[in-house]
Amino acid sequence: MSEKILTRNFHLPESHTLKVYRETGGYQALAKAFAMEPQAITDVVKRSNLRGLGGAGFPTGVKWGFVPKGTTAPVYLVINADEGEPGTVKDRYILEKDPHALIEGMIIAGYAIGSHTAFVYIRGEYVQPWRIFSEAVREAYAAGLLGKNILGSGFDLDIVIHRGAGAYICGEETGLISSLEGKKGWPKVKPPFPAIRGAFGSPTIVNNVETIAHVPHIINRGAEWFAGLGTKTQGGTRMYSLSGHVQRPGVYEASVSVTLRELIHKLAGGIPNGRKLKAVVPGGSSAAILTADEIDVVMDVDGLRTAGSMAGSAGVIVMDETVSIPEALMVVARFYAHESCGQCTPCRESTGWIYKMTRRIVEGKGRKQDLDTILDVAKRGAGTTICAFYDGAVGPYISYIEKFRPEFEGLIGKREAATGTGVARVRVPVP
Amino acid sequence: MPKVRIDGKEIEVPVGTNVIEAARRAGIEVPHYCYHPGLSIAGQCRLCMVEIEKNPRPQIACNTEALDGMVVHTQTPKIIETRRSVMEFHLINHPLDCPVCDQAGECWLQIYYMQHGLYEPRMVDNKVHKPKAVPLGRHVMLDAERCILCSRCIRFCDEITKTGELGIFNRGDHSEVGLFRAKELNNPYSGNVIDICPVGALTDRDFRFKVRVWYLDTTKSICPGCSRGCNIEVHTNSSRPHHNDGRRVARLKPRFNDAVNRWWICDPGRYGFKWIDDPSRLVTPARRDGLKTVEVSWDEMIPLVLARLRSYRPDEIGVIASPHMTNEDLFVLKQLVDHLRISHLDFKIPPREPGYEDRFLIKADKNPNTKGAELIGLIPRAGALDARRMLSAAKERRLKCLWVFHHDLLASGWPETETLEALLSVESLIFQGTNQNGVSPHAHLTLPSAAYVERDGTFTNFQGRVQRIRKAIEPLGEALPDWEILSRIGRAAGLALAPTRVQDCFNALAQGVPAFAGMTYRSIADTGQLVGDVR
Repeated sequence: MSEKILTRNFHLPESHTLKVYRETGGYQALAKAFAMEPQAITDVVKRSNLRGLGGAGFPTGVKWGFVPKGTTAPVYLVINADEGEPGTVKDRYILEKDPHALIEGMIIAGYAIGSHTAFVYIRGEYVQPWRIFSEAVREAYAAGLLGKNILGSGFDLDIVIHRGAGAYICGEETGLISSLEGKKGWPKVKPPFPAIRGAFGSPTIVNNVETIAHVPHIINRGAEWFAGLGTKTQGGTRMYSLSGHVQRPGVYEASVSVTLRELIHKLAGGIPNGRKLKAVVPGGSSAAILTADEIDVVMDVDGLRTAGSMAGSAGVIVMDETVSIPEALMVVARFYAHESCGQCTPCRESTGWIYKMTRRIVEGKGRKQDLDTILDVAKRGAGTTICAFYDGAVGPYISYIEKFRPEFEGLIGKREAATGTGVARVRVPVP
Repeated sequence: MPKVRIDGKEIEVPVGTNVIEAARRAGIEVPHYCYHPGLSIAGQCRLCMVEIEKNPRPQIACNTEALDGMVVHTQTPKIIETRRSVMEFHLINHPLDCPVCDQAGECWLQIYYMQHGLYEPRMVDNKVHKPKAVPLGRHVMLDAERCILCSRCIRFCDEITKTGELGIFNRGDHSEVGLFRAKELNNPYSGNVIDICPVGALTDRDFRFKVRVWYLDTTKSICPGCSRGCNIEVHTNSSRPHHNDGRRVARLKPRFNDAVNRWWICDPGRYGFKWIDDPSRLVTPARRDGLKTVEVSWDEMIPLVLARLRSYRPDEIGVIASPHMTNEDLFVLKQLVDHLRISHLDFKIPPREPGYEDRFLIKADKNPNTKGAELIGLIPRAGALDARRMLSAAKERRLKCLWVFHHDLLASGWPETETLEALLSVESLIFQGTNQNGVSPHAHLTLPSAAYVERDGTFTNFQGRVQRIRKAIEPLGEALPDWEILSRIGRAAGLALAPTRVQDCFNALAQGVPAFAGMTYRSIADTGQLVGDVR
């Protein structure tokens, strides 16, 4: 496995303090960055092949380059810490264990894009991460690392922390912006894109916590070093959240060139209790499911795209042979029905409908045509909505059924069909 | 200007036009729910998808600017299939209660299902249930189950009235429109949300369950509620007289006029039509004989009026015209008054309370034709009495005959007892109007006028825009348009110009009054014409 970058300090006591961060070389990239032209920093990030680690995998340096040159409006940097993708817990660790890496990354990113106000939108349920991160921000202000004229560079940056109120959709970048503006967390129609007209009508760059935490390291050690850690089209390492049926669930940092097999069998210790692997969701619940035969896939953005799934947020959910896939799909479908913001018709209506159909199938009241109806409804709605939420829901709808169709068909027409062995078997209707 | 090609038709549009509007100009309708030209872009209903060449996925036409060289297709198999899907999504949780829904017949779910849906229903699961028959305010009733969450009503209250009463609450398929806490939808423009609701979610509490819309006839008209002169449609029911308590006018709807009211009207205007079918309407010419009221025919009435007018010296007669009368009425009246050499002529009566006015549509002047009355010159000549002085003169018995049009002088800004005393002091009180009021019981002669929906004519609004009202229904009883009553009296009095058609009245007015020069009844058309702005 490759060297640890983001998680290198996680084992140290008090790793969240400024003192420890500085002792381990923290805030050295900042001085280096201030000696560079902002455009040069964006170029370094472009060459490093850093890609957004929140889910979409968009090249970070390219995104920074979208801020209009010479804009008179304030430019905002927004950090997406609304980590809500089921199966993903990586950002929480950065906020708790190494918050100054994020702060340093934000100062450098703010300097690169010309932003003097940066927002951190933290998931409402993340109380402890919020407390620790807020304390780190206070420390940074006290040390002159935030506020006016940072380290005598003449560059100003203020950080505003905003807590979410518990909606998955607020992790979508324009939904997040709406929420940040004090409105209902509804994604916005594009164009205009946030880099042109985002938060409060100003150019806005939204980046994930983990993405920005990489930036100081890239500045310190160079674009080529970072790019060399990964694959041809994606640089560096990332943090994989492994959950489900593995010996050692947890967050593991590895190169983006790692394979799914290595993650499951080497890092997480394989499947417990001598059971067999049945399926894996490789990139958070919105990623298409992979069967046990499909785990020799490289975990970078392009590798998983080629395999018909997506790298997403690198939340790896492992299911062993005891899991009922129809029931798993019902749980996932309930999640998307519950979290659809309700703005666009196809998503609002079909997430609820598909959940009802999956529940009926699991309860043994399925009809022969239901599976094809789900597939058809999912495909019809895909790509027709304002944001990517519904496309994320379509990933599991289609892949679970297409890859495990016999299992679904086995439940059709069987009253007592539900297995009751696998993941959460809850009879809670969508509220 | 950018040139786009839509379904093979090339069209040039102003910069910034979206594809829906560009297609409309090319005569192609792109179906849509949430898009409204008067509101911001929501992009929620997803029905207006079109294919744009060089774009891999269908795009929503509402949020796509028509750019030079763009090639748009609205009828590809993919788009037709997408529309069908979106219609299915819109309808899976819809209650399909068309038989008891007021919107039926003018519902865009029905229209678009027939045009773009027609799929085999596949939904067998329980529908989502939501609140029904929820009053949102004095005029608007919500059925959240019928709502397709297009957010037009919310954007109207946020962007047009800026009152922000409404929001969408909850998430997913449980989303529903509702009022924010401690708010009611009672802004003076609330009725517009009913018009822009494409489905039966917001219905009119005044109109609910009264008449099915397919029994209604539509007539273009002008709201007489204030000097704005909002363009309206009068919806009348003559085919089912046993519905709606026999009321002939079922409702008023705004009619688009970019220069006056755009898509909107105010609530006082929208609901201010009840007097038309009210029992207080005057329906027969009548003379008072002591304490008795005797109904007479027009043929008897015209000589009676003329005899009264001729039995006094012209300076013993006062005429109080009304800014509720049309330009034609006022012009013929002016001719008649001049012919009879009557000089005590006025039309302005101060209201008891200053009228409500805002910066949007509602004007303080609650009369539709003040401007017309001024231009035509229904004002006292030098040395003649104005309305107030006419009443003083009446009290002193110097003025012996008073002819009052429409005004309820007892409800005016003048002291009621003094006014009443004046009315009781004249030897002849002639009242001409549509409804009984404080003046009419004291009149010796009562001349019933047709209401504005019962006749043709024009009003001149505060901008000087001359706009047409049209006859939607027959006058009640024997009532006649004011100009016609006046014309008949004029003919009896030997007035040379006594037109028999309203357009002749107007065309004579255009020749006689400089401000109207060059206009014809026809040239006014549907959107009106500004005085002094012809050619």
